[in-house]
Amino acid sequence: MSEITVQTEAKPDILRFVKAHIRDYALLLSLLAIMVFFQFTTSGTLFMPVNMTNIILQNSYIVIMALGMLLIIVAGHIDLSVGSVSGFIGAVAAVMMVSWKIDPFLSMFVCLALGATIGGLQGFFVAYHKIPAFIVTLAGMLIFKGLALTVLGGASVGPFPREFQLLSSGYIPDPFGGSFNMVAMLIGAIVTAVIIYFNYRERLNQQEHGLAEEPDIIFYGRNLLIAIAFLGFSFLMARYKGLPNVLIVMFALIALFVFITTNTTVGRRIYAMGGNEKATKLSGINTEKLTFLIFVIMGALAALAGLIFAARLNVATPKAGLGFELDVIAACFIGGAATTGGVGKVIGAVIGAFIMGVMNNGMSIMGVGIDWQQVIKGTVLMLAVFLDVYYKNKAR
Amino acid sequence: MRGITKTFPGVKALTDVNLAIMPAEIHAVVGENGAGKSTLMKVLSGVYPHGSYDGEIVFDGAGRKFATISDSETAGIIIIHQELALVPLLSIAENIFLGHETAKRGVIDWFEAFRRAAELLKKVGLKEHPNTLITNLGTGKQQLVEIAKALNKKVKLLILDEPTSSLNETDSNKLLTLLKEFRAHGISSILITHKLNEVMKVADRITILRDGRTVDTLDTSTAKVSEDRIIKAMVGRELTDLYPQRHAKIGETILEVKDWNVFHPLHAERHLIRNVRFNVRKGEVVGIAGLMGAGRTEFAMSLFGRAYGQKISGEVKIHGRKADVSSIPKAMAAGLAYVTEDRKTYGLVLIDHIKHNVTLANLDGVSSRGVIDDLKELAVANKYRKDLAIRCSGVYQTTVNLSGGNQQKVVLSKWLFSGTDILILDEPTRGIDVGAKYEIYSIINALAEQGKAVIVISSEMPELLGISDRLYVMNEGRFVAEMATAEATQEKIMRAIMNSWEK
Repeated sequence: MSEITVQTEAKPDILRFVKAHIRDYALLLSLLAIMVFFQFTTSGTLFMPVNMTNIILQNSYIVIMALGMLLIIVAGHIDLSVGSVSGFIGAVAAVMMVSWKIDPFLSMFVCLALGATIGGLQGFFVAYHKIPAFIVTLAGMLIFKGLALTVLGGASVGPFPREFQLLSSGYIPDPFGGSFNMVAMLIGAIVTAVIIYFNYRERLNQQEHGLAEEPDIIFYGRNLLIAIAFLGFSFLMARYKGLPNVLIVMFALIALFVFITTNTTVGRRIYAMGGNEKATKLSGINTEKLTFLIFVIMGALAALAGLIFAARLNVATPKAGLGFELDVIAACFIGGAATTGGVGKVIGAVIGAFIMGVMNNGMSIMGVGIDWQQVIKGTVLMLAVFLDVYYKNKAR
Repeated sequence: MRGITKTFPGVKALTDVNLAIMPAEIHAVVGENGAGKSTLMKVLSGVYPHGSYDGEIVFDGAGRKFATISDSETAGIIIIHQELALVPLLSIAENIFLGHETAKRGVIDWFEAFRRAAELLKKVGLKEHPNTLITNLGTGKQQLVEIAKALNKKVKLLILDEPTSSLNETDSNKLLTLLKEFRAHGISSILITHKLNEVMKVADRITILRDGRTVDTLDTSTAKVSEDRIIKAMVGRELTDLYPQRHAKIGETILEVKDWNVFHPLHAERHLIRNVRFNVRKGEVVGIAGLMGAGRTEFAMSLFGRAYGQKISGEVKIHGRKADVSSIPKAMAAGLAYVTEDRKTYGLVLIDHIKHNVTLANLDGVSSRGVIDDLKELAVANKYRKDLAIRCSGVYQTTVNLSGGNQQKVVLSKWLFSGTDILILDEPTRGIDVGAKYEIYSIINALAEQGKAVIVISSEMPELLGISDRLYVMNEGRFVAEMATAEATQEKIMRAIMNSWEK
């Protein structure tokens, strides 16, 4: 039996550190490269404030579902029903608010609870009856696609009350007025400061315990880039209508899920379960309950995505949500999640979703037909996963 | 087979082993678990290709260099493994001809297949329609299908690895009679078994392996061979200071199990664990001896939150009070911990690093209100790394890259951190080299000295004799003997097992 001895006491070496974490950066760099590419091919349209706002609005529901899907994939399962569920919830919301004239906030609450229940129902079969998630959620996909049609009676229902529309089309109000949205810029600056503060505090903590592996230059460079990205983005947003409500919701959820996956016992248990379910179970962890829980979360997120999508279109159509599950799953795998479970990062899935989103947006502006868009997106997914697997094997 | 030596990384599994099989003979190969029987058979049948071992194989007068199993099968050597290699949802006929279908240009001639299958089944004495699915047959009949499959391949030397371990008396006898019939037709058999009474019944010659060496080859026709003679040769080894000194301070009874019964998780009629009673005291190391398949792991896992089996009944008392061990979290809360024999499948999250593995069973111990305190967790991991001398580059090393001994220490750390006071260690030194074994034994001693109760399941009898205070012997799901280690010998243990069979 050979011992693997890796020297970690040695002075942090910039090149080696970058090499060891290349996969973490590769994804972000790919997104940047894709954005720069489209900035040129669309003759500067991509980074225009109105278009950046659009990219956020167009992709928010995919990103939100990708958060839940990441947990599901990390746990070693899959959920094919999220598109249908989000469409169904949109339909229920429309019927409640438009046909039955129920209060929009009450309706939204009921819809989220319904989504969680649907997720729980599917999770029940997966967790306690050991039916493969692929089959359970394939059935769910068919059922809720059909139910959406039934609820809507085959027709589109709308428009929604004003309060509900604001979920997608509203912006954080700017009391200062003027063409430049000061609130957006301020919030951007505050968020940037908070992120950098937390990074710095963690670094100090690490240094105190001799754990800081990251070389100084990379740490400061990374934080500088974060600052530029956030401030630049806020600046762009501020020049249009400000920060969309959806952006705030999405950002809060991303932060929450990053926290759950990296800092909580529940998150740790999900990763352990995906890595080795038997060992996790024998360590006294209730894996059934955990599986059930992540499906409940997924259901609630799919419901939220359905509400956002319906609010954005201002109408619930029987076709809403069609094929969303594919984009969501693709986002997770582009983001580095493993089909075998146990591996994947929330930020990866978010970046994966935006890679897909920016490509959709850029190609549409360029006038690439929907047919070729599909071909190119499929190729990117294949390529991303192939490179991931290839380098993982090579690293061994 | 002449001068076979096979080395695995860090372990010499076979050293200069010689084995000669005559035409038309039944040759028994016996030895303790880990003596090298299975490895030897894998060399012979080409599972380990020529070049991965030293020595030569001469078969039918010619030197053979098998690169694959199909090479050895072409030569006429067929091995039937302990775990049967049949496809459960295919029919008898389909299984017999799997890979050798009676087909012309890929199209199967079913008529011919059934006709020949029926012929083969008749030869092995199995009265079943060739269309019957394997899953509907009992283990004994499945074994016969395996043999029919071997006959179809024009077998000259049949190797049977523990063929009767899961058969009842009648089926075992049938099988042995069949081997005798084959002998009359000039087919030789190698019979690997633990059951010496069977060996005495049918074997012409017996080769005994111990620690990867041929100890003896006995001829039953020329000399009267007794079971005692064989047992002595199997276990005859000096106990040296492979084990650390123990100064046991044994206290009151911590765990008491009464009338424990367990049935097979899938086949509810199979009664696997029968009326087991046992107890462990504070500071005591109790060994459970037995051969593979005796039901030790099944017993331990069923006790640990019913992680195995169904229709479990019996009473568990911990610290004198009735304890609820009906789920794993409850068993852990009651103070039980089970360290699995298969640490890669059941013990570790291999893709994750040491730190995360150590705290997995007690995340609450390093978190408050569900939020993990990273530094506290790190301190815990580093403490166990130091206490148990886990050799690694750091606690962020992925466990898949650790050696067997260090992986075992990580699993032990996990259970020590969980704070339970009754530890069941299942084959704690399997696949671990000698040096690391000593360290594991020292850890076990230290645990007992801290007042924990330790139950060690092991197939290596010298190990049990070296580290435990008291021994239970298990066979066929029952505890068949109990003895203080001071009075126990390997012969006594073996004798207890053999006696329980002959009953």
